[in-house]
Amino acid sequence: MKRLLLCVALSFFALVQGVQAGEYRISVNQFVEHPALDSVLRGMQDYFSEHGVEVQWKVHNAQANMGTATQIAQQMIGEKADLLVAIATPSAQACAQALNKAPASMKRPLLFTAVTDPVAAGLVRDLQHPGGYITGVSDLLPVEKHVEMIREFLPGLKRLGVLYNAGEANSKSIIASLKKLCSDQGITVVEATASKTADVYQAAKSLVGQVDAVFIPTDNTIVSALESVIKVGTQNRLPIFAADVDSVARGAVAAMGFDYYRHGLQTGAMAHRILEGADPGGIPVEFQKDLELHINRKYATLMGVVPPRDLLTRAARIY
Amino acid sequence: MTLYAATGAIEQGFVYGIMVIGVYLTFRILDFPDLTVDGSLPLGAAISAVAITSGVNPYLSLVYAMGGGFLAGMVTAVLNTRFKILHLLASILTMIALYSINIRIMSGPNVALLGVNTVFDPVIGLGVPPHYAGLVVFAAFAILVVSAIIWFLGTELGQAMLATGDNPQMIRSLGVNTHTIIILGVGLSNGLVAFSGALVAQNQGAADVGMGIGTIVAGLASVIIGETIFGTRSTARAFIAALLGSIVYRMAIALALGLNIGGFSFNPSDLNLITAILVVGALIAPQLKDRFLNK
Repeated sequence: MKRLLLCVALSFFALVQGVQAGEYRISVNQFVEHPALDSVLRGMQDYFSEHGVEVQWKVHNAQANMGTATQIAQQMIGEKADLLVAIATPSAQACAQALNKAPASMKRPLLFTAVTDPVAAGLVRDLQHPGGYITGVSDLLPVEKHVEMIREFLPGLKRLGVLYNAGEANSKSIIASLKKLCSDQGITVVEATASKTADVYQAAKSLVGQVDAVFIPTDNTIVSALESVIKVGTQNRLPIFAADVDSVARGAVAAMGFDYYRHGLQTGAMAHRILEGADPGGIPVEFQKDLELHINRKYATLMGVVPPRDLLTRAARIY
Repeated sequence: MTLYAATGAIEQGFVYGIMVIGVYLTFRILDFPDLTVDGSLPLGAAISAVAITSGVNPYLSLVYAMGGGFLAGMVTAVLNTRFKILHLLASILTMIALYSINIRIMSGPNVALLGVNTVFDPVIGLGVPPHYAGLVVFAAFAILVVSAIIWFLGTELGQAMLATGDNPQMIRSLGVNTHTIIILGVGLSNGLVAFSGALVAQNQGAADVGMGIGTIVAGLASVIIGETIFGTRSTARAFIAALLGSIVYRMAIALALGLNIGGFSFNPSDLNLITAILVVGALIAPQLKDRFLNK
């Protein structure tokens, strides 16, 4: 029996070893499995393969558990990679903290991505001069561009519904800036919140009759259950607009877009600079550079809006 | 698994071990399955984070956190004892209420604790390297908590609590009010969970409303692993086993994270599955051993 156990244990550890060599080594701490965050990772990996740079990736996923994110951060410090990458705010905080406490010889540059408000999250003090080991790419939404786009569809927009999960830090800061912007433009914002995907359908229904259109920010909970919102939109001829272009393919009328894949490409470019020796503390935090307009004509009709000709000519993609 | 990750796993084992002690108290001693913990862990984190960022001493913030957790546990217990709501349901109700309450306490879903004063600073000031400060502080607190709870269960009140879980009718016939005991016990349990949450938040650099998800799963897994591996011959031993079970559970996660099988590689998303398999392995290993040896 003992011998059997020993064999099992030995073969297990043999399997645990066995890592292939590569030019650069990058350890990733992704907070949760999610189409947008997965796109960021894919974009980043594609950047390196497109540029012919060999990278040995170590990807970890915390499966939405903060305790695990902390353990992953500690694991990553031990992996002694050339660069640490954290996808989404909780993972970035866990990595930053692990890095703060690591002995000097184990400190590595940390690049965060898909973080909405790096200053509020405590990751950097100054967006222009991060200092230290940490910099990154923020996915803060250009809400003024979004509202502008919705008004081109609905010039008479008076009441804008917004669906989000009050438990998500990213959404919270977006809603704050959206409300400020809309009150300046004389638009009333009607909020509906869902704390889990199962509540999204009901939250969407609660907006029917109260608003002229619904805007969905890059909220993990709502985007995960987007189909139920689309259903409410088509049944009640209520146009649903989104912040990310992936949602347009799934049935939102349009998005001025945040493309997480491009976000990943941009992160990859920044990662490359750091790997080649740039000091992360000297690289200002970046925001998404180019926005794409995607329109879904079929769903626009189903939800009772006609896309203006001008927007159609500007659209990068029409479904 | 690297040494650094192993140290980290032991550190996490100790800090979540304080939560596991709380879970053991309700689940095994009081026979009261309590899901409040998924809400009281972030409650402790929230209270501590808000207190620290508004200038309260980090150690004092732990006391506030514990008080908050105690109240949350009391609510569950009162719903159960006074209003006859099934314990599982009562605790779920408190847990979901705490989600909103925690967001209110933090005025948002996340409070960053990066670069502020924490319980680790005095220890680092004594010359402990920062990456061992967590281990030292958490081991000290966990050992303190286990000793305190073992001492407490030896007192008259503690004995009444043990008896309440074992045989409520008998203890009632002795004139003890079991309702009061349950309220105290569930309160104490959640006080410890919130205390653990406060330490976790200070360690990971943020309090987050979502950080409680899976607390009860981790707690129960740790309790059961501890029981199988280290035994429950006496109450004292059972509590020590629960704490050690927490360390083994975190080690299992660290092992799963380091797993890399040559050609066939696991997806990072398989982590929960691998962890579950490792935990099941730890659970059934003693049974398999018995079966083979007794043949």
